Amino acid sequence: MTIGQYAKRERTIITADCRPSLPRFVKMRHDAGRGRWILLAPERVFNPDEIAVTVLQKCDGERSVADIAGILADDYKAPADLILNDIIDMLQDLSDKGVLNAGEPTNS
Amino acid sequence: MNEVTPVETCAVAAVDPSCARAPVGMLCELTHRCPLQCPYCSNPTDLERVATELTTAEWQSVMRQAGELGILQVHLSGGEPTVRKDLEEILDAAVKAGLYTNLITAGVTLNRDRLMKLAEIGLDHVQLSIQDVDPENADRISAYKGGLAKKIEVSQWTKEAGMALTVNAPVHRQNILNVPRMIEFAIECGAGRIEIAHVQYYAWALVNRGSLMPTRESFMTAAKQVEEAREKYKGIIVIDMVVPDYYAKFPKPCMGGWAKQILNVTPSGRVLPCHAAESITHLTFDNVKDRPLADIWLNGDAFNKYRGTEWMKEPCRTCPRKEIDFGGCRCQAFALTGDATNTDPACSLSPLHAEWAKVADVESHSTPPDFIYRRVGGAKVTVSGA
Repeated sequence: MTIGQYAKRERTIITADCRPSLPRFVKMRHDAGRGRWILLAPERVFNPDEIAVTVLQKCDGERSVADIAGILADDYKAPADLILNDIIDMLQDLSDKGVLNAGEPTNS
Repeated sequence: MNEVTPVETCAVAAVDPSCARAPVGMLCELTHRCPLQCPYCSNPTDLERVATELTTAEWQSVMRQAGELGILQVHLSGGEPTVRKDLEEILDAAVKAGLYTNLITAGVTLNRDRLMKLAEIGLDHVQLSIQDVDPENADRISAYKGGLAKKIEVSQWTKEAGMALTVNAPVHRQNILNVPRMIEFAIECGAGRIEIAHVQYYAWALVNRGSLMPTRESFMTAAKQVEEAREKYKGIIVIDMVVPDYYAKFPKPCMGGWAKQILNVTPSGRVLPCHAAESITHLTFDNVKDRPLADIWLNGDAFNKYRGTEWMKEPCRTCPRKEIDFGGCRCQAFALTGDATNTDPACSLSPLHAEWAKVADVESHSTPPDFIYRRVGGAKVTVSGA
């Protein structure tokens, strides 16, 4: 069997136009015993804070990063560009750790 | 909004300071049977026989109890877990209990249909071992022919099914020069993660230490290669490295602290604070057939024996690192000093450290003896190693 068809060859860069989602193998759920949200991934447990949870719940592969920033800007009455930058940083970190599908725009 | 980045913690790193909380992970050795005979196997040299293995229903009960206890991740391991014909039924119970499921496999016994079935049931992650990237050397190390080609197939099926893929590469003096190629191999397979797992010298690996211990120079070279690859492949593959503690200044925080993060269930149902704990010969271990898992975790003698820091002697007791590395590994302390409450000789503060580090230096510069392969009764049988 030849290999290479699933090889990732370049780092994904998260932009406002990406439509991110969690891969099948990453699971976010509430951990009742410890009273917090957790993100379960291979050999890792992430502890997302309240805002990270809010963002990740909106990562459905349909909304763009800009859409999500817009929703949070309304909810938190904060500047959209500042929020957008923060969200991109957070999603870039998760993407680099292999626990996010970036949903890159196809025509970029 | 500066705090949106999730705090990342390895499954074996401290999340909660309280000892008696639920463990994060549970390692289940479903069987000690395995078609491979790797001379560094982490199973005990006294392998458990098939007749003593837990039944399907007993393993399913363990999964349900683990979910109720608050365990987050289960590692279905062995031996080779896929030799259990009821793996599907055990996995199903784990998935229904809400556990994140990881299959630790050599891959050689899997076919596409079975792996797809496991994915359908809900398997999240496949951790696939390789013995080397040179097929002939891989065959020699595992005493199994044609393994690498089969592993490549398994890697591609895993990706096809949308599961996470980790390549686990145990590293030692007989494959350490190939570390950069192992990382490239994992990328080509589509793995999101690779473990460069320097062999830890317990059980079979301790028996074979002279055949496996790399020189300090080759370890340093490999460590530098890993650092470079982490930079080069950032965002492409996550590279985790387990360091050989013979070359460390401070001991590893073994298991993230005794009875703190992890528990291990043996094929026959004994519950251990770590997979090597039975080497501490004066400890007694409870069995899931006799006692609920939560009760064993919270109140079992073996778990409470070295939980926390109260059991420590000097130099650990007043050491500022005592909550960082917990005095290292209890099994190594017992094996090398005869007292499990002593500082692990991996620590530079141990009176035995210099003598112990010299062993690695001498053995790694000597001609490696033939492997003593991992098999039932195998510690007495030698097979040509080179």
